[in-house]
Amino acid sequence: MAAFIIRRLFQSLIVMFFVAFVAFTMFRYVGDPVNQMVGIDTSLVQREALRERLGLNDPFIMQFGRFVLKALSGDFGISYQHKRPVTEMLLERFPATLELSLVSAIFSLLVGIPMGVYTGLHRYGWLSRFFMMFSLIGISLPTFLIGILLIFLFAVQLQWLPSFGRGTVIEIGGWRTGFLTISGLKALIMPAITLGLFQLTLIMRLVRAEMLEVLLTDYIKFARARGLSNKAIHFGHALKNTMVPVITITGLQIGSILAFAIITETVFQWPGMGLMFLQSIQNVDIPIMAAYLMMIAFFFVLINLVVDLLYYVVDPRLRVDAVKAHG
Amino acid sequence: MSVPLLQINNLSIEFNTRRGNLVAVEDISFEVAEGEIFGIVGESGAGKSLTGKAIIGLLEAPGRISGGKILLNNERIDNLPYEQMRRLRGKSIGMVFQDPLTSLNPLYTIGRQLIETIQTHTNHTATQAKNRALELLREVGIPAAEKRIDQFPHQFSGGMRQRVVIALALCVNPKLIIADEPTTALDVSIQAQILTLLKNLCRKHGTAVILITHDMGVIAETANRVAVMYAGKIAEIGPVREVVQNPQHPYAQGLMASIPVIGRKMKYLAQIDGSMPRIAERPSGCAFHPRCPHAIELCNKQIPELLNKGKTKAACLLFRNGNP
Ligand SMILES: Nc1ncnc2c1ncn2[C@@H]1O[C@H](COP(=O)(O)OP(=O)(O)OP(=O)(O)O)[C@@H](O)[C@H]1O
Ligand SMILES: [Mg+2]
Repeated sequence: MAAFIIRRLFQSLIVMFFVAFVAFTMFRYVGDPVNQMVGIDTSLVQREALRERLGLNDPFIMQFGRFVLKALSGDFGISYQHKRPVTEMLLERFPATLELSLVSAIFSLLVGIPMGVYTGLHRYGWLSRFFMMFSLIGISLPTFLIGILLIFLFAVQLQWLPSFGRGTVIEIGGWRTGFLTISGLKALIMPAITLGLFQLTLIMRLVRAEMLEVLLTDYIKFARARGLSNKAIHFGHALKNTMVPVITITGLQIGSILAFAIITETVFQWPGMGLMFLQSIQNVDIPIMAAYLMMIAFFFVLINLVVDLLYYVVDPRLRVDAVKAHG
Repeated sequence: MSVPLLQINNLSIEFNTRRGNLVAVEDISFEVAEGEIFGIVGESGAGKSLTGKAIIGLLEAPGRISGGKILLNNERIDNLPYEQMRRLRGKSIGMVFQDPLTSLNPLYTIGRQLIETIQTHTNHTATQAKNRALELLREVGIPAAEKRIDQFPHQFSGGMRQRVVIALALCVNPKLIIADEPTTALDVSIQAQILTLLKNLCRKHGTAVILITHDMGVIAETANRVAVMYAGKIAEIGPVREVVQNPQHPYAQGLMASIPVIGRKMKYLAQIDGSMPRIAERPSGCAFHPRCPHAIELCNKQIPELLNKGKTKAACLLFRNGNP
């Protein structure tokens, strides 16, 4: 177990190293950083001096080393546009994105798993057919369209929910949360549904397919032959056996929820990292882009690690250090 | 004479498919007495497993019982509502499947699976159920039961797992166990052990067994009575000794001739030419007639009924009017 974790950590480090390399290359070679910082009227001499001062004339390896060391201490440089430390800006916007991603992930699991179980158990029921049709919509409609449709219906026509922003936020220890006010919670509903809908339908279809498969296995037949109740068979024996693939996909999906958040945040003008990233692309604000890239990569790596550990919890066959079969 | 534990009267099983109704099991009748070991043999596709599933009420759609009755202790069980039938399963009728490697849920300890089953059918507290589980594991010959009870199925060998499966099937002392090829998936060396265990346990608890297998040798050593099935029908039924040593039906004769006997020198193993027809392509009259060495003209026209012949009953037109 410990060896496994260490191996995984090591692999994660390698991944992060490569992402850092890409981020740095982008940082250093997409456009000229000096051009981004100075005005048109700066003389060539002044530019050269700035170049020297920023260390841009040093060998590649040294520059990259500096970038990694700084990144490790949480320093991603200064935003070209806002002239503020990038890390500070990201941290400011991090709570908004995290709260949105978390709520939409929980929403997609809480609704997607029961729907998947239901459609798996009642394959030919009319409600199942309806869910399956509904899931096709969730998979095929682009996120921004769903967002706009929701805004049109609930913000413009019915005027129940706000069409943009986070509502009133309360700051607790530097963390701005929207969970504690009615307007914050109301503002969260539509973006969370928009962001989670695709994952919801994916999880529902996955759980359904896994359920159908598991219900055909011998151990389910044997459980029936022992007279166990349907509840125990479906939710105890069958559902648990669908969990390994569901955990895998959910883990990957949380990563893409963070990534998809860019679109949703734009549609709802949600003041998160995704929105900031999109704006930084428009302004070629490379430090923000590089930092965002590193941060998303870091989350993917972290989530993968957690997923691997969850496998151990769910599936005893993976616990290699358990007693080997004998007798 | 007292009522037999299980009575099957004129049972038929059909599949309603798009291409029409396929009759997989047709009009079979037999009885199983309390504590008896009743064998069912036959080629693959004869309808053995379907018969077993019908008894325990686990036929899968589109299969269904299309005729006949199943009685347990003289009460019909083939038309019970789902909940009532579920309570019977495990409690009155247990089942052991072919493959011990896949019969146990890989994610739960065997203890949990035993305790869950015990508590489903009894009012045992958790401690009582656990003690009962330990007792069962010891009874089926699992060493170090206290330690093993907290282990997962993958930590057991195939033979050990089949012992656990037997413990699960027996855990609330059902009156009848249906064992569908319980040893086919096991090593030859372990097969005999498992059969002996099943036999001894059932004798001790007075449990009747329906033993389904391809292997006439297994039946010869274990069962009291046997039904030979062919193409969804019973070809011959009677005491094992009679059917093995003095089979009447030409198919049973062919089947017995194909059992290798240790100590008897044989150049070749006898075999029955051809193969059993698929359900959709069953010939008219006696389904066996195209392969039968003694077939007469009548055989493709008339469906034979089971007739007393010596100490067994056989379904063959050769025996009509007491011939030959
Ligand atoms: N779902 C189904 N649809 C159509 N026919 C089926 C279905 N299930 C089983 N059958 C048919 O029913 C017949 C009897 O099947 P059964 O499983 O009882 O055979 P068996 O005697 O147990 O054979 P084996 O020794 O291979 O286990 C087979 O010919 C099979 O083709
Ligand atoms: Mg079978």
